Parts: sequence; C-alpha cells; structure tokens
Amino acid sequence: MTQADFVSLVMPFKDKVFRLAKRLLVSREEAEDATQEILLKLWNNKQKISDYKNVEAFSMTMTKNFCLDRLKSKQAQNLKIVHSNYQDNSHSSLQKQVEARDSVDWVSSIIETLPEQQKIIVQLRDIEQYDFAEISKMLDMNETAIRVALSRARKTIREQLTNTHSYGIK
Amino acid sequence: MVLNNIENLLEKYDNAETTLQEEAQLRAYFSSEDVAPHLEHYKPLFVYFTSTQQEAFTKDVPLNTKKKTRLYQWISVAAVAVLMLGIMIPQVWDNSPKTLADYTPEEQELYNKTKNALAFMSANFNEGTSSLNVLEMASDNLNAGIYKASFVSEFGKTTNKLLK
Repeated sequence: MTQADFVSLVMPFKDKVFRLAKRLLVSREEAEDATQEILLKLWNNKQKISDYKNVEAFSMTMTKNFCLDRLKSKQAQNLKIVHSNYQDNSHSSLQKQVEARDSVDWVSSIIETLPEQQKIIVQLRDIEQYDFAEISKMLDMNETAIRVALSRARKTIREQLTNTHSYGIK
Repeated sequence: MVLNNIENLLEKYDNAETTLQEEAQLRAYFSSEDVAPHLEHYKPLFVYFTSTQQEAFTKDVPLNTKKKTRLYQWISVAAVAVLMLGIMIPQVWDNSPKTLADYTPEEQELYNKTKNALAFMSANFNEGTSSLNVLEMASDNLNAGIYKASFVSEFGKTTNKLLK
C-alpha cells in the first residue's frame, strides 16, 4: 500500500476520528495528537489493513480506547478546556447571535458533563450520524443498550437545556 | 401539521427511536429561521450538532518516519559487518611462522642458546633454594630452644612465690 492509497483510505474518516477524540479529550491539541497517533498506528500496520472488514469502524474503536486510556493516564491531568468552534449564520441580529452562541456553548458544556459512554454515543449518533448497527460494532455493545444510553443522554441534555433556557441557570 | 409532526419526532428522538432520516428532518427544521417559540430551546442542540460536524483535522501526519528507521537499522548491520571483518582479516591473512621448523637455522640456533642459558639459570636457582633449607633447620632448632627456655622462666616464677 502506497502513501497515496493510505491517504485516500483514511481521508473520509480522519475528521470523525478527530471529532471523537476532541469530544473525549476536550482540548484541541490533545485531540490532534491523539488523531495523529491513531493514523500513525494504522500506517504502521498497513500490511494488515486489508484484513479488517471495516477500517472506519476499527479506527473509531481504536480512537475510543486510545482516548479513554489517555484520560486514565497521568498525563491527562493537564488537559485544558478549549472553546468550541461554533460559527453563527450572519443574518441574525447581534443580540441573537450572542444568545445563540451562548446556548450552543451550553450544549457543548452539557455534553461535557455526561458520562464518557454517553458522550461517545451522542458523538457517534447525533454528530457523525452512524446507524445503530455500526455503533454497536464500534463499541462492542448491543443495540438496545446503545438506545437506552442514547435516550438517557438526550433526555439529560434536553432537561438541562430547558432549565437554562427558562431560568438562565447554568 | 408540520409542527405536530416535529413534536412527535422530538418525542421519538428523546427515546432514541428516530431513524437517521427523521433526525435529518429535525436538523433541517431547527436550522431554519422559523422555529416555533415553545421549541426554541431545542434549536441550539441541533445547531450545535450541525456546526460540530464541520470541524476538521488539519494537522499533517508525518508518514515517512518509517524510512528513516530502516536506514538506521542498516547502519547498525554495516557496523557489525565491519567489526567482524576487522577481527577476521588478521586471522585469515596471518602468515607468521607457527612451529620451530618454520624458522631459519640462525633463529633456531639463537633459540636453543637462549633455552640453554635459561635452563642453566634455573639450575642455579634450585641450588640456592636447597641451601636455604639449612637456614630453615636452624630456625627450627631456635624454636625448640625458646620452648625449653620457657621452663626456666616457669621455674623462676615458682621460686619467687616461695621466697615471698
């Protein structure tokens, strides 16, 4: 496998790997390092790549495990929290823009507080839009368990968002 | 009608029963400008999902590191080969004489003379050692005398006790 082959294989999902890493590690730099690490691991094992049935799912599993390991390790003590890169559509008023920006940041910080398992599921389902079969392969869980966890996560987010929206409590 | 539909979808969404198509429908609805006021608080959620999807990994990954390490590996192999040659070459090309017969008659004569001289010296040394044996005997006799003298001092001690 040449470098060009590898790049074209990895291209479609490297952003997904990065976003999952960022969801778990929060800091952009940490997530970039993690993604780099994952891609290098894939590259070093490129002879075996053709044996994998689904390289994308395999990479996502790898990313999940790698990030959870990172979080457990001591180096994770100096993880820093970095702002999300939200871009607002420019045609609403400034007031609305500020408000929208704020609430979008809230969503990010609410997801931040979820347990890691739910974080991963929300990331894979709501942001990357994988179907349940794929997620169950990536996480090695059955679909019902995933649905339950996802439902819990969504309800928590909804609840907190409603509270924030109605009372302005963070 | 649309609103009703959306509310149903949201209900299903919360129970994680929506399909990907239905979720796309929800995202489309909430990213539009006219969202029903009582559903306003869902908006940031879907806007967030859509916006986060845009985030991309921009860092370059150095994929060429593998080649460098290969070169280093070969350098070590080359170093070992050079070392081995260094040890082997003197042994293989070594044509210096191995036995006495390989030497010229002059050298052989010289060797025999030296050998004789050394043998002569060693014989003299042996003689010297045997004469040293006499000294050893003298020292033995001396020790015996000292032992006997100790009786005398013992006798002195007892006489002193008596005199007291």
